[in-house]
Amino acid sequence: MGNDAVFRVDGLRKSFGHIEVLGGVSLDLHAGEVTVLMGANGAGKSTLVKIVSGVYERDGGTMSLAGQDFAHQDFAPKTPAEAIRAGVVTVHQNINDGVIADLDVATNLTLDRLSGSGAPTLFNPGRVRREAKAVADRMGLAIDLKARISDLSLADRQMVAIARAMAHQPKVLILDEPTSSLSSAEADRLFALLDRLRGHGVAILYISHRMSDIRRLADRIVSMRDGVISGVFDRKPLDYEGAVNAMLGRKIHLDRIVARNSARPVLTIDGLRIAEGSRPISLMLGDGEVVAITGLVGVGKTALAETLFGVRKPLSGTMTLNGKPYAPGSTGEAIAAGVFLVAKDRAENGIVGDFNIQENISLPFHKRMSRLGVLKRRVERVTARRQIQELGIVCRSEKDEMSALSGGNQQKVMVARWMSQAAKLFILDEPFQGVDISARRDIAAKLRASANGRATLLFVTELDEALETADRILVMSEQTIVGEHRNADIDLERLLAEVAGGPLHSAA
Amino acid sequence: MILRDHAIRYGFIILLVGLIAYFAIAAGGFVSPQSAVFIFQSVAITGVLALGVTATLVVGGFDLSIGSVATSAMMAAAYVMVVLEQNAVVAVIACLAIGVIVGLINGWLIVYMRVPDLLATLGMMFLLVGLQRIPTEGRSIATGMTMPDGSVANGTFSAAFLALGRHRFDFFIPNLIPVSVVVLLVLAVLIWFFLEYTRFGRMMYAVGSNERAAELAGAPVKAYKIWAYVISGVFASIGGILLAARLGRGDIASGNNLLLDAVAAALIGYAVLGAAKPNAFGTAVGAVFVGVLLQGLTMMNAPYYTQDFIKGVVLVVALVFTFALSGRGKR
Repeated sequence: MGNDAVFRVDGLRKSFGHIEVLGGVSLDLHAGEVTVLMGANGAGKSTLVKIVSGVYERDGGTMSLAGQDFAHQDFAPKTPAEAIRAGVVTVHQNINDGVIADLDVATNLTLDRLSGSGAPTLFNPGRVRREAKAVADRMGLAIDLKARISDLSLADRQMVAIARAMAHQPKVLILDEPTSSLSSAEADRLFALLDRLRGHGVAILYISHRMSDIRRLADRIVSMRDGVISGVFDRKPLDYEGAVNAMLGRKIHLDRIVARNSARPVLTIDGLRIAEGSRPISLMLGDGEVVAITGLVGVGKTALAETLFGVRKPLSGTMTLNGKPYAPGSTGEAIAAGVFLVAKDRAENGIVGDFNIQENISLPFHKRMSRLGVLKRRVERVTARRQIQELGIVCRSEKDEMSALSGGNQQKVMVARWMSQAAKLFILDEPFQGVDISARRDIAAKLRASANGRATLLFVTELDEALETADRILVMSEQTIVGEHRNADIDLERLLAEVAGGPLHSAA
Repeated sequence: MILRDHAIRYGFIILLVGLIAYFAIAAGGFVSPQSAVFIFQSVAITGVLALGVTATLVVGGFDLSIGSVATSAMMAAAYVMVVLEQNAVVAVIACLAIGVIVGLINGWLIVYMRVPDLLATLGMMFLLVGLQRIPTEGRSIATGMTMPDGSVANGTFSAAFLALGRHRFDFFIPNLIPVSVVVLLVLAVLIWFFLEYTRFGRMMYAVGSNERAAELAGAPVKAYKIWAYVISGVFASIGGILLAARLGRGDIASGNNLLLDAVAAALIGYAVLGAAKPNAFGTAVGAVFVGVLLQGLTMMNAPYYTQDFIKGVVLVVALVFTFALSGRGKR
């Protein structure tokens, strides 16, 4: 790029405890350019954003911001307010962090002038409205200034949050996954706004997983992996597949798996549609098979898992389980039919904090472990002990509190819970999230060793996890399945191209 | 740390035992069967209500309407027998029906209308306090009262119904244990067994601790929540039956303290055995604790108007036990 960088990050380092999250990140942002930052969960994107926006302090490295005369000045914000004053504004992922729902649009747009030194003591509605109007006009924002934020759509809230950020006339605007909860029409409005800002010469750092956003907006793509920049792509046409490859990458595998084939179908899905306007999904899962569905965040993996488990209903299509029609109306029905789900984000969706290990393991199977409604505690205890042994959960006893366990062991308890009874279809959504490498190996080995007699379906974002555990890998993009690979002599180029999506690929 | 663990676990029980020992020495006649029975009798009705509200606390909710459910049931019992001239069975059924219906409405408001539990049951409390006055235009109900239309209500409380409040069972000593105490003990054992030993109780605790996880483990979370409010409503209406039977009339002014006393007992229960969560055994101990304290102080001639202050102190201390010392601090 010919023009000078407005904002420059050089050799940025950050560790939490022993864990190094950023291992020397260098990054340039240029005026009037949208730089897209891609990275899987845990790559260090959020940490980077938080250092730049003044939430965290860096451990090492430098940051500098170009002044009026393009001479760089050191940039080291100690608080978010300081970062904003210096001209670096961040719109965080959670829209509601950027706006106050109970106040009207005008007040929200001028919120930052209500506090701090020099702010007037008395609240003057007329002045607030005048200032808000000026901000809205500059941004081309067509929203009723008297409307309450809580009455607005998510997209409008997002617009207000960005407009509020822009009221500071920043040099650098950072957007952290701004479209993750927007519909595509809403996202289009956001993009139009960003185009306008780009025209005004703002340097934009745009963090996203959505390939369609990236194709629409990116002037440059920067991929991040394991706390370092793993690729910078700025030659037109942009190499999207290269960027995905750099983000997901592929490390060296110690243990390759031997892919198995399956004869007997367990689950058949026919014409299943999980989102409005998405293409139908059809697939078959066989007995003894471990199948991984991979794809970027937000392509519908969790939606599909929840549809199979009866949490949500498909828009259309049918499912067959062991030859019988399967259409669960609730999680209870799914469990009764032998379909189990290890949900992602165990703290939110899995662990019952007040229960010990034993009680957490028995949770879904109370009915099978009780007589006339009275729980058989002996059966519960024996089951828990067996599962602790089977999965190698490190604990003092089955009576330990969950909070006493490490992340990997907590996840093992979640897997142990659902492996304590025989499943017909065993679904795991991001089972390796926040799990150390050895626990991950243990769980994967256990899944493969016990796979006979059921179909096993994994949803993973990290390609490595799929390659290490699955016999077959399916690729998901835009709420549907776009590719299928047998995990032997895999064509990684094609797989990555499918993950990166794009209009040329046809559905499997 | 071991010492601290024990202090948290047994602190409240030790305090209770110490209290009894102190009163036994300081207040003559404190240690006697009659005194013990009196303590139980004084906390029987609040205890029953407290056990009910424990069920809603277990699912992570709260029921502020229990006091007004109890007084509504009391007024309904009086109305059914005195004005409608029905027998005891009809009166009891009417009371229980009120408990079930209010519980269902509370549950519906909270689960389907998404009204926060405190607000929904607060609204229900107001509604019932008003509703119970409408049939008699704000008058208390007693035999011989004049109705709004000028007629005279000639029905009476049936003997069988009054026996619920006045009969005493023989227990070594003749005429010792009142029905209300038996009801308290039976309900306490029932709800304790239900919450601790059945799969339904276990799942209610799961719902209270992590609703989403319980749902993903196949539990019908909404049904469990509604059931909790029905249990609470029914227990409160049983409390109301006992109150009506004790008073022998439908007294518009009675039952003012029921809600606060019951909630206090349930919250004190958090601290018992270091549970740090709602539990039936703790609730029962909490109720008895308050009863012992008040009975002892009364026998030592502490003035009646200090009672609420003392209850408040006990509650605050118990809450500190639960939330600060046990270090769990989560419900």
